Amino acid sequence: MESSVLKIENFAASFGEHTILKDINLSFSRNTLTAIMGPSGCGKTTLIRCINRMHELVPNAKVSGKILLDNQDVYDTDPIIVRRQIGMVFQRPNPFPTMSIYDNVIAGYNLNGIKLRKEEMDQTVEESLRKAALWEEVKDALHRKGSFLSGGQQQRLCIARALAMHPDVLLLDEPTSALDPKSTAHIEELVCQLKNGVTIIQVTHNIAQAARVSDFTAFIYLGELVEFGPTARMFTGPKDKRTEEYLSGKFG
Amino acid sequence: MNKIEASVHRRIRADKFFKAMIILLSLGSIVPMFLILFLITRNGISVVNWEFLSQLPKPVGEFGGGISNAIFGSLWLILLSFIFSVPLGVFAGIFLSEYKAGRLAYLTSLSIEILQGIPSIVIGIIAYVWVVLPMGSFSALSGGVALGIMMLPVIVMATAETLKLIPDSLREASLALGVSYPRTIMKVILPAGLSGILSGILLGIARVTGETAPLLFTAFGSPFMNQNILKPINSLPLTIFNYATSPYPEWHTLAWGASFVLIAFVLGLNLITKLVTKKWKVQF
Repeated sequence: MESSVLKIENFAASFGEHTILKDINLSFSRNTLTAIMGPSGCGKTTLIRCINRMHELVPNAKVSGKILLDNQDVYDTDPIIVRRQIGMVFQRPNPFPTMSIYDNVIAGYNLNGIKLRKEEMDQTVEESLRKAALWEEVKDALHRKGSFLSGGQQQRLCIARALAMHPDVLLLDEPTSALDPKSTAHIEELVCQLKNGVTIIQVTHNIAQAARVSDFTAFIYLGELVEFGPTARMFTGPKDKRTEEYLSGKFG
Repeated sequence: MNKIEASVHRRIRADKFFKAMIILLSLGSIVPMFLILFLITRNGISVVNWEFLSQLPKPVGEFGGGISNAIFGSLWLILLSFIFSVPLGVFAGIFLSEYKAGRLAYLTSLSIEILQGIPSIVIGIIAYVWVVLPMGSFSALSGGVALGIMMLPVIVMATAETLKLIPDSLREASLALGVSYPRTIMKVILPAGLSGILSGILLGIARVTGETAPLLFTAFGSPFMNQNILKPINSLPLTIFNYATSPYPEWHTLAWGASFVLIAFVLGLNLITKLVTKKWKVQF
């Protein structure tokens, strides 16, 4: 049986007076891909930013409830530790512009002051780039700046950078929304392979994408979790009326 | 029909007139620069040779002599002002860009703007009161403090403005890897803004290199090669001031030579600044 690696319990979030999420309960099984979908502004991005505590960058953010990573509440853990266990890839590719491709991949180690031996670094870089399906394209240009890469390649570089830290969970915040269709297909394919080694939670506003890549889908509407279940089941027989309307394109 | 044609012609003429005016006026703004360069080069370049750059000044009546002590003194003063203003300025700039909304940030940027507007002679007097009086002597140190205060606003502004332009996504990328906030600032944000900060520092240096007024009561000037920062020291602008206001024609020539060296140095710094900004610019 699949064990659950991440659990969200009675979770609510607000920025100042503004409530974004209320009473969210979710459980993510190890090595599965869960899509979180919903119309713009429904709180899906906020939800995954709360998982690795990135929402704390907003000064008046407040949360209640629990998010358990391997039964340990991330809100009782130092955010620095949490973020090393839970990797994140953002909407727009954001490789470090001052670093080479190689340095970008091991940035998580270098920036944190973790010293690796040369062979370990080489190995981590190659392994991570291979996992991100970028190795063949950049293996001869590892020490060049990443800025000459295409948007899709940059996004895979960011995925490699996150994977290099060997996270338990990988959060993808609409990773293809800034990419062209071909790069999008490439990333989708990659994500499907990756879930064999890491638990992936992917935010998407693209219903078709959720259907193509995910094992489970959570539908969030106006800050509430409307429905959560296996993707195949939800897309063929949604239980909630709102899910059905969203899936058939009546709003969103 | 004729009316329309006439009005079109009138507009075309107005257009041409306007264009000619802005070209003429912008040419006018270039002229003073070239006149200054021309005058200084014509009067100064004949004086400048190795002897002029490497020798100490000679007493009145003796022919020749150089400005080596002034060049050395100017470099010393730049180094001292650099030490006083760069760490303070860069960190204040980081603060301003990181906490733009706070009250302290508002107060800081207001003070920096006011500081920038304070006449340099007043800053000289302040350094005199703060450093020269308590220590009992004019000194290179007090000159460095005065020039450091003059440089500070330039560096703070350059740092803050540069860092404000760095996209938040970069900060997020670093923080999401579990990198602590101080390390994110020092290893991700600062390197990304390096070219802007460096050009700010170089412009600051170029600005204070030519300052005379704040040095009158601080570095004071000295005819000797002084290496003690607690003693008076010479500088290029002080030399120019002293020689040019003297009654001796041969000293006037030396003043032209020193002006040429000073202008060349400042011009060189400006060119390097342009190069640095262009070459090290980070594409986001």
